[in-house]
Amino acid sequence: MSREIKLRKYHAQVWDEPLLMDLSVEGQRGLLVPRAEEEIRARYGSAQDLVPASMRRRRPPDLPEVAQPQVVRHYTRLSQMTMGNDVSNDIGVGTCTMKYSPKVNEQLCSLPQMADLHPLQDESTVQGILEILYRTRDFIREISGMDEVSFQPSSGGQAVLAAASIVRAYHKARGEGKKRNQVITTIFSHPVDAACPATAGFEVVTLMPDANGYPDIEALKAALSDRTAALFVTNPEDTGLYNPRIDEFVRLVHEAGGLCFTDQANANGVLGKARAAEAGFDMCHFNLHKTFSSPHGGMGPGCGALAVREPLAKFLPVPVVAFDGKKYRLDYKRPHSIGKVRDFYGNVQVVLRTYAWIMSLGAKGLETVAETAVLNNNYLEKLLTAIPGVSISYGPGRVRLDQIRYSWEKLTAETGVTSEDIERRMTDFGIQAYWTSHHPQIIPEPFTPEPTESYSKDDIEYWAAVMREIDREARQDPDRVKSAPHNGVTGKIDESAMLFHEKCMFTYKKYKRIKQAG
Amino acid sequence: MAGAAGRRRIGLIVNPIAGMGGRVGLKGTDGLDIVARAVAKGARPEAGRRAAEALGSLAGLKDRIEVLTYPDEMGEHVVRAAGFACSVLGSIRSGQTTPEDTRRAAQDLEAAGVELLLFSGGDGTARDICAAVGDRLPVLGIPAGVKMHSAVFGISPRRAGELAALYLEGKIRGTREAEVMDIDEEAFRHERVCAKLYGYLRVPAEPRLVQGVKAGGGGGGEASALRGIALDVTSRMEPGVAYLIGPGTTTREILHVLGLSGTLLGVDVVVDRRIEAADADERVLLETVERMPARIVVSVIGGQGYLFGRGNQQLSPRVLAQVGKENVIVTATPGKIFSLRGQPLLVDTGDPDVDRMLTGYVQIVTGLKERLVYPVAC
Repeated sequence: MSREIKLRKYHAQVWDEPLLMDLSVEGQRGLLVPRAEEEIRARYGSAQDLVPASMRRRRPPDLPEVAQPQVVRHYTRLSQMTMGNDVSNDIGVGTCTMKYSPKVNEQLCSLPQMADLHPLQDESTVQGILEILYRTRDFIREISGMDEVSFQPSSGGQAVLAAASIVRAYHKARGEGKKRNQVITTIFSHPVDAACPATAGFEVVTLMPDANGYPDIEALKAALSDRTAALFVTNPEDTGLYNPRIDEFVRLVHEAGGLCFTDQANANGVLGKARAAEAGFDMCHFNLHKTFSSPHGGMGPGCGALAVREPLAKFLPVPVVAFDGKKYRLDYKRPHSIGKVRDFYGNVQVVLRTYAWIMSLGAKGLETVAETAVLNNNYLEKLLTAIPGVSISYGPGRVRLDQIRYSWEKLTAETGVTSEDIERRMTDFGIQAYWTSHHPQIIPEPFTPEPTESYSKDDIEYWAAVMREIDREARQDPDRVKSAPHNGVTGKIDESAMLFHEKCMFTYKKYKRIKQAG
Repeated sequence: MAGAAGRRRIGLIVNPIAGMGGRVGLKGTDGLDIVARAVAKGARPEAGRRAAEALGSLAGLKDRIEVLTYPDEMGEHVVRAAGFACSVLGSIRSGQTTPEDTRRAAQDLEAAGVELLLFSGGDGTARDICAAVGDRLPVLGIPAGVKMHSAVFGISPRRAGELAALYLEGKIRGTREAEVMDIDEEAFRHERVCAKLYGYLRVPAEPRLVQGVKAGGGGGGEASALRGIALDVTSRMEPGVAYLIGPGTTTREILHVLGLSGTLLGVDVVVDRRIEAADADERVLLETVERMPARIVVSVIGGQGYLFGRGNQQLSPRVLAQVGKENVIVTATPGKIFSLRGQPLLVDTGDPDVDRMLTGYVQIVTGLKERLVYPVAC
């Protein structure tokens, strides 16, 4: 390693901040809304009259009543108690493709032309943003090799669900809708690749890995039949292994009469290197907020760009952005479309950031992103596999692309310290808790870091050094690890609440009810 | 129930001779003469040391629990050495403990109101405890035997202790029914494996098996998987077809969904949603499948992934040959398959031709409209 690594003695700010609802004082206001001018009132009446009588509340909602300075302090304190990409190293949050989101792109999104855009504006007044949508569509076509793109889905999951709906529409149009009711996926594909076809009504057939850690092609052959509607797979899989026979998988499914979709939620391992089209796929999607850099991780806003080959384009959700050589427009007149998946433009600010990010990097730059991400991951692998308690379960010794699912199984067997103990302990060193695993958790004591191209060599070495330190600690003082975090915003939380729904508090109402019950 | 000093009561039974045969190659210690042979070959007691290891994981609860146990090497020694409050019941002939002592201890501890019973031993010990208390009491095995085909053991003594602590602290509340299986040791010594399913014990459910806590599952765990499997199988049942429902809790749920109660350990024949024969033997099954179209519904038995030849020998090679591979419906919860860690499902019917017929890939029903493609080997 290049220089000595000094582990931070991080200590979180602890404000012991009450809930906003508990700060409420009757009659306090953050903002006094000025009375509308006479002319406006004369023309439109009172604001209340704008709401149809049947939709008016009988009682006002139970909102907190708090003055502005208290609100500002409240949220500033909460932000001080939060770890995020701008204050800490989030290499651990694998499969999420955390990367630096250039600040200039945030400035673009705050321009009034973007921030004040109204969904009902006349098309002639929004030619600029429609042009950006159209140009970004062309970028995605080039990156995927597909023919048409929809930016309507507001998440990766929604894009996969739209793809599953397209599979259904395609077979129905060919008179095979009833018969073709199975979708095949693999156990290390993203769980949406099983969940979305299931939501769309398909039976889901899952393939397990073979002895080398790759999806078992013999199992695929055994699964194919005239009931096969489609293959939904992620590649590289969650193990970080790229299925080298992916084209053969696609060919076999096509021969059986099925469609093929590949989940490229995270395309960091293949950007500019391997296109879905060359592997033979009919559809793919990209989480623009991941690979193409939008701030994410707080449940939005996201965008799942769904790209398809020409024969499937007619099924895409409406609207699709169109250009007649002079004017851009949103095309809603598509009789074969699966319909709307959301309203208006979609999360267009994510598309704007994508456009800016691609323009700033260029084609060569996108390739460099993939190369750097893969190099970073392989460097981290060298550092982590040198730690005694760390192992790799599937296909050991094989080259991985952008991420790896590791296991602390050995450490747990020797010390009783689990992956979740380590997840809590690592925050004491000023880095974000890592991501363990997708569902179902079949690799024991898992963790899944993903050092994208944004991280420096120092960042990667620091992250590995924290893991090494906790491994050492687990052997010398396991209770120190098991009782973590020690310097965090909160101590160890009773996680059993996650298993028992009666203990879960999703709303203030339920919080009050549980508190009252003691 | 709280004990005299307001402490929670747990029970501990150590089968002092469990595991002694393993290191000296004797494949189990059922029978006193085998113990003598083991000792003569230099075997040392394992079960007490392993019980102590499990108690180590419970040290944090020392002030809050009382351990009820049997005298001397059946628990008293390790409980006292570990510094737990200890109540000793019953009496034994030290140095000459028998399966009868294990059964009596389990009954006495149940009567004394323990809320969890830990035992250190192997499959034979699990059978004795199952015979004594059935599923009336949560039980957890500390692995200490030579044979551990049963699914009632923690993965290590330490992990068993941790699981017990989580259960006592109320952090896990669910229990699952886990198979108690054993093989005939005499046959095993002669390289023949003949495993039987003896019953089920109620075991605290490992939270990870219930649901991947951090994995965002929200799937409702094993119970919901079982329900989904049963709904899938029953929704596809055809009239006039005999369904041979194999043993186990997975297949029992199928009968529940149909509103039937069959036998947990036997094979029941269901036709048109009615039980035509309960706990059928090979003769009845053969007669049925020769008379009418039939499907066999089985689950994976025990921890080794056996489909046929362990615990369901009634489904004999002749029955299987008649029904055919295409009419075998395999069911299992995803958790059960993942616990095999990639090892194929196994068949050992006693007929190599039938075994070969059953090998290849099978689509296991793992939930409602969910399948897992998995290899079967022999």
